[in-house]
Amino acid sequence: MSTAVETPRRKLAWSGANLIVLVYAFIPVLWIVSLSLKDTGTLNDGKFWPSSPTRDSYSQIFNNPDFLRALVNSIGICAIATVCALVFGTMAAYAIARLEFPGKRLIVGVSLLIAMFPQIALVTPLFKIETAIGIFDTWLGLIIPYITFALPLAIYTLSAFFREIPWELEKAAKMDGATPFQAFRRVITPLAMPGVFTTAILVFIACWNDFLFALSLTSTSRSRTVPAALSYFQGATTFEVPTGPIAAAAVVITVPIVIFVLFFQRRIVAGLTSGAVKG
Amino acid sequence: MTTQTLPPGDAEVEPEGVRIARQRHSDGQKAERRLGLLLCAPAVFIMLAVTAYPIVYAFWLSLNRADLRTPDANEFIGLDNYVTVLSSPIWWTAFGVTMFLTVLGAAFELVLGMVLAIVMHRTIIGRGLVRTSALVPYAIVTVVAAFSWRFAWTQDLGWLAGDNAPLTGMWSSLWIILLAEVWKTVPFMALLLMAGLALVPEDLLKAASMDGASTWQRFWKITIPLMKPAILVALLFRTLDAFRVFDNIFVLTSGANNTSSVSMIGYNNLIGGLNLGIGSTISVLIFLSIAIIAFIFIKLFGAAAPGEGEKR
Amino acid sequence: MAEINLRNVVKRYPDGALAVDNLNLDIADGEFIILVGPSGCGKSTTLNMVAGLEDITEGELIIDGKVVNDKAPKDRDIAMVFQSYALYPHMTVGDNMGFPLMLAGVDKATIKKKVGDAAEMLELTQHLDRKPANLSGGQRQRVAMGRAIVRSPKAFLMDEPLSNLDAKLRVQMRTQVSRIQKTLGTTTLYVTHDQTEAMTLGDRVVVMRGGIVQQVGSPTELYDSPRNLFVAGFIGSPSMNFLPAEIKGDHLVSALGEAAMPDHVRQAVHGQASGSGVILGLRPEHFEDARLVGDKPGATFTAQIDIVESMGSDIYAYFSVQGSKGAQSAELDEIARDAGQDMSAMGEEITARLDAGARVQSGSPATLWYDTSKLHVFDAETGQNLTLGAGAQLAV
Repeated sequence: MSTAVETPRRKLAWSGANLIVLVYAFIPVLWIVSLSLKDTGTLNDGKFWPSSPTRDSYSQIFNNPDFLRALVNSIGICAIATVCALVFGTMAAYAIARLEFPGKRLIVGVSLLIAMFPQIALVTPLFKIETAIGIFDTWLGLIIPYITFALPLAIYTLSAFFREIPWELEKAAKMDGATPFQAFRRVITPLAMPGVFTTAILVFIACWNDFLFALSLTSTSRSRTVPAALSYFQGATTFEVPTGPIAAAAVVITVPIVIFVLFFQRRIVAGLTSGAVKG
Repeated sequence: MTTQTLPPGDAEVEPEGVRIARQRHSDGQKAERRLGLLLCAPAVFIMLAVTAYPIVYAFWLSLNRADLRTPDANEFIGLDNYVTVLSSPIWWTAFGVTMFLTVLGAAFELVLGMVLAIVMHRTIIGRGLVRTSALVPYAIVTVVAAFSWRFAWTQDLGWLAGDNAPLTGMWSSLWIILLAEVWKTVPFMALLLMAGLALVPEDLLKAASMDGASTWQRFWKITIPLMKPAILVALLFRTLDAFRVFDNIFVLTSGANNTSSVSMIGYNNLIGGLNLGIGSTISVLIFLSIAIIAFIFIKLFGAAAPGEGEKR
Repeated sequence: MAEINLRNVVKRYPDGALAVDNLNLDIADGEFIILVGPSGCGKSTTLNMVAGLEDITEGELIIDGKVVNDKAPKDRDIAMVFQSYALYPHMTVGDNMGFPLMLAGVDKATIKKKVGDAAEMLELTQHLDRKPANLSGGQRQRVAMGRAIVRSPKAFLMDEPLSNLDAKLRVQMRTQVSRIQKTLGTTTLYVTHDQTEAMTLGDRVVVMRGGIVQQVGSPTELYDSPRNLFVAGFIGSPSMNFLPAEIKGDHLVSALGEAAMPDHVRQAVHGQASGSGVILGLRPEHFEDARLVGDKPGATFTAQIDIVESMGSDIYAYFSVQGSKGAQSAELDEIARDAGQDMSAMGEEITARLDAGARVQSGSPATLWYDTSKLHVFDAETGQNLTLGAGAQLAV
């Protein structure tokens, strides 16, 4: 457990442990990829690997207007929600990290409360309200709750990043002749960019992952996102579950995110843990 | 020695200087306050508009008969909905299922998360690879992972199922739901715990091993007590999250064979049954359960935070 | 370059805490002024007020003949070097140094030239394209200096700029700071808690304590004629020894025995009633092994030496003397408390700095001599230096 003495035996033991982690992480992913590549003949053979891989399932879903529409919805809704949550979140996080004002603790408390809020409790009232004001089954109808639940995450992560920027840098910028706005733009913003970027990834993933709101606050493919659309694939054909297309669609919405996460692993780890420790 | 504090309560003889200082200070402070509130306003407005009003509205609905199928019969009925729900076996089964998934889920996640955190923190080879791949479950949409598990256990189709159909029985389904939940959230737990591990000073562990502590003793006597705050935070987050379990159940069993969680029956009553009164009652009860869990945890924090290690 | 004048400057925090009280200071054009004192003495607050980073509660701050109390830092045209250097981590060394010029709207060619000149002066030319994270502590410190230099401001403010460096580098940089200031001739206000820096760098030193200026003067002045117990104890290393003493006629009686007062001391204290309590101050370097002195005027005593430290060039002898013959000084106790020393009834601890040839041994008694002409007598109650009145004043 102490310092790394790299004896061959220890290396072997750690290799074993690492291998278990890899298998753990990738098995379900590989399985769904494998399913998406199986042809109708071997789909039900119960084997892990496809014996005759095809792209049939993929061409099927990319010719399915409902899926394409859902993909556009997912990307659009999540992107807009992420941008909004970042803008409002950055403002609030800067204030919380750097300024002294009444009600600061209350705001932190409220956002913590919302992070723990049971979304199901909002489904009915939001359903009623959105129907009443006519944004049920629209992009806006999903974007608003997404922003709400992304904000606590954004505020926590960003204020942790802001706190790490030393005070003296702002003072130095003042002494160097910068106006408050110049100090914000030339010194604070560039230093906070990595934090903002990391937060963007986390917020986007959180929105992308949502299922309950997407299921409850939409009724047509007009604004249904992919996770919700996936569950309607099965309803399309009465008894037979379209396994191949579901698997293919699942891969399509998973792979980009996984690649993204793998690419920015370091930053995501920093982002997920920063708020937690300093709490 | 350098500070000369004024006697409290004689503001009338307050020296000129203090008044000036206060005034000057308050000018700057006022501007700062205004800016702070201004910057927070949009975020707070959105958060409150989307949660505070609806939860009050949900509470109001829960006191009414509000069935969209029979809109004419809607009326104020006080606590009748609560009586209906709390005397219904469906609620208690769902509550039992939710507690089963929450308690066992949190326990498994804590243990496996700790193992994974130690592997990520300590491994001497391929650290980047391990940390990166551990993030995969976090990055996957829950629904996608749920489909993967469902297909894996579907008779004939799945590589894990063979000739059985485990998703048609209550207990086998619950264990699979538990597995899907745990698989997805262990990495998140591990990351939080790893941050806690990083806070344990290396020198302390070295000192303990010089004092003759074995690896096991170092873990239980040094690492765990120092990590206690991190563990509690991680557990709180996960417990509250687990109590809201919905996605996995919806995809894996749709709540068949008594596998519905409280969120599932809430959803079924609201969207499936269009019974807003009962649905809202369930929502309020879930809200209360979560508040109680959070309260218990925070009381626990209060007891544990100041005098580390001495308590037990 | 400019004069800086502080007129009756007061800093009071809204909770009533007084950080700086009625500070008056005139800094001449090109002068190097050191603000020194223990932590919490108000020196950094003073610097921040001059910088414009903190409000001035009362009084006037005048730079170059203009009252600038209400001007923002950027309109005061002064540069500051921070303790942590405060280098912008996302900019290269060159961009860091050019940042103030860029904000001032100077054209690129001029910025390049000025940054190049400053870099050459600070031996940073080859590092201009690197980021601060890749530099050593000393290099970062020089970049911070460079950022202040390039804009040729009216004044430099430096907030403990060397305190993050290791001991050896600190000495090196100290001479470099001094050289740069002499070359540029820019008015400089320098804050430190290190009395060695104060003594070696400044044209004049301002000693502060509890928000109040104790003494302003050249390093020699402070060393030779400290105005009170605090300055006497703060300036000089190792610090001055203090002993309670009593005046008896022409003699001063303390734990070191009875000593005849030299003329200027006698004149200075002649107003004091015989038998009144005073504090005797003696610097370690004014002791000597009695055998090496010959018949120079002074007084001798014998003491049991506790510890001997040989520094090569000198010997430090530590011993304690019993019995307070004179008054207890509340002032002295407070200073000791501030310094974290515990001066209990253990007797008085004395440090003597002797010639390398002195023959003293730990655990053995030794006969030591001290120079009575260098001794200081302080009022036990007020802590004021009584000897300043006559002889010492002539030296100013």
